[in-house]
Amino acid sequence: MTKPLRAAVVVFPGSNREGDVARALRQATGEAPAMVWHADSALPPGTDLVVLPGGFSYGDYLRCGAIAARARIMDALTAHAERGGLTLGICNGFQILCEAGLLPGVLMRNARRRFVCQMQHLKVENAQTPFARRYRPGQVIKVAIAHGEGNFTIDPAGLETLERDGRVAFRYCDAAGAVGGEANPNGSVNAIAGVYNARFNVLGLMPHPENLIDPQVGGIDGRGMFEGLAA
Amino acid sequence: MKARVTVTLKSGVLDPQGKAIEGALKSLGVDGVAKVRQGKVFDIELDAADRPAAERKLSEACEKLLANTIVEDYAVDYD
Repeated sequence: MTKPLRAAVVVFPGSNREGDVARALRQATGEAPAMVWHADSALPPGTDLVVLPGGFSYGDYLRCGAIAARARIMDALTAHAERGGLTLGICNGFQILCEAGLLPGVLMRNARRRFVCQMQHLKVENAQTPFARRYRPGQVIKVAIAHGEGNFTIDPAGLETLERDGRVAFRYCDAAGAVGGEANPNGSVNAIAGVYNARFNVLGLMPHPENLIDPQVGGIDGRGMFEGLAA
Repeated sequence: MKARVTVTLKSGVLDPQGKAIEGALKSLGVDGVAKVRQGKVFDIELDAADRPAAERKLSEACEKLLANTIVEDYAVDYD
């Protein structure tokens, strides 16, 4: 039997989805993740996966994720990511990874000026990663979104690199899989909902797969990500 | 030494907040408002031996935290 995935969830002042992430990880791995405080300087020994959960770290002061990206734990997280360690940033966690320079681009205020809180379909763009291997390429999944600053923005050269290298993880689409247009909830360039780093061990996404793991709350399409990570 | 750092969105970057403020000014009947872009101002007091030292510190502060230079520009004015 392979060694079970050891996961850690980093909690910042203002994080609020850490419990949801912990539940999804426990369901997939059979074990509760370690909860790590932002002011700690080290991750638990043997950590395979670090998750930065959603929320409003530091009240979104300055820019979303900007203060958290300079927290004490981030040196350990950066070292983990540079070693090839799996790193997942969801919603505010995605904003933090961009602010920390672990992912390219920046999440700007939604183009339509509204906080969006709704179910959202996504198209799986790359299913060859530990995060998405339980999905099929092109599969349409239904998850939740809840954000005011999810408008993914990047310079043209950076965008070209992401597209060329298959680093777009998910795109916003409608239930039939049609990408962009009205199905793009926040104005993200190329309807990008999530991106990988160059080594595909760091993923950031605005949607919340951790909230779609129980049929009683609308679906289980989010399970695939955590099961893929645990596999 | 006192300095004021102004952070603004680069031209071409969408500014929905500026747009909303622009719309509100128009609806208030404030004439002649063609365009609004929202930015941030930081008033900073710092210990620095001289102006070049202050410039180095503030440039570091802007690059490391105050501005996200992917989408923002910054300018520093000294008292």
